[in-house]
Amino acid sequence: MWTYDKFLQYPVKIKNPNPAMAKIIITQYGGPDGELGASLRYLSQRFSMITPQAISTCNDIGTEELAHLEMVGAMVRQLMKGASLEEIEKGGMAGYYVDHGRGVYPVSASGVPFNASYLQSKGDPIVDLTENLAAEQKARATYEYLINMADDPDVLEPLKFLRAREIVHYQRFGESLRIVQDYLQEPRLFTMR
Amino acid sequence: MTNKMELLKQIVATEFMKDDLALYLNTHPMDREAIAKYNYYVMESKGLKESYEMNYGMLSEHDSLSPYPWQWSNNPWPWENEANFKFEKEGM
Repeated sequence: MWTYDKFLQYPVKIKNPNPAMAKIIITQYGGPDGELGASLRYLSQRFSMITPQAISTCNDIGTEELAHLEMVGAMVRQLMKGASLEEIEKGGMAGYYVDHGRGVYPVSASGVPFNASYLQSKGDPIVDLTENLAAEQKARATYEYLINMADDPDVLEPLKFLRAREIVHYQRFGESLRIVQDYLQEPRLFTMR
Repeated sequence: MTNKMELLKQIVATEFMKDDLALYLNTHPMDREAIAKYNYYVMESKGLKESYEMNYGMLSEHDSLSPYPWQWSNNPWPWENEANFKFEKEGM
């Protein structure tokens, strides 16, 4: 189970609304390499993961991704909250506004609703950990593209934090993969699943 | 910055140290020094949260005492601008 802490993992305090920025940042909420997919991926994979190290890594990174989902949702909300209808239209968010107002809904930057096919949980620890290495790199690249598109320091700071976490997660999944490979090569094993 | 925000900032920083050390320890369970650091931040966090909650309100869903009336539902929530603060650059 989970308990909730009433604060963000890293603060989000954006002064100026910017629907154009919300439109692209929302992809890390509900897009193909976003935090919703990341949390569901690791939290689903952990059920069939092996070795104490890799299981705890999936469990805890999956949990941290939920905190990142909350941060990205906070960014989208603060970027939309005070925006005028004119700003929303100019920022390319008129279509989103008609369906979701100034609320937060999981879509990609191009407006495609979240889809579970963004993630895999294969029941095979090597497959799953290898997928996670790619997933973390894809998320890192996405945050870098977002950083390239942003100029407001209030927006840049949380994006830089989130980018840095993807690198740490990549490192931990790499260590987990090595541990699982070593474990599977131990000769006393007859079965792996 | 108000004392409330200063305390919250310390809590967020301490919680982050716990998160990051825990991930490291999952794949490095024999690192005695890292475990000592993790334990230090756990104790630090408990103390900070206790002083925050005594003065400014509940932080944890099912682990905080409530005054009367029920305080958990009070604003602001973490996603609101007013609930947040800025880290100074050198602190990053």
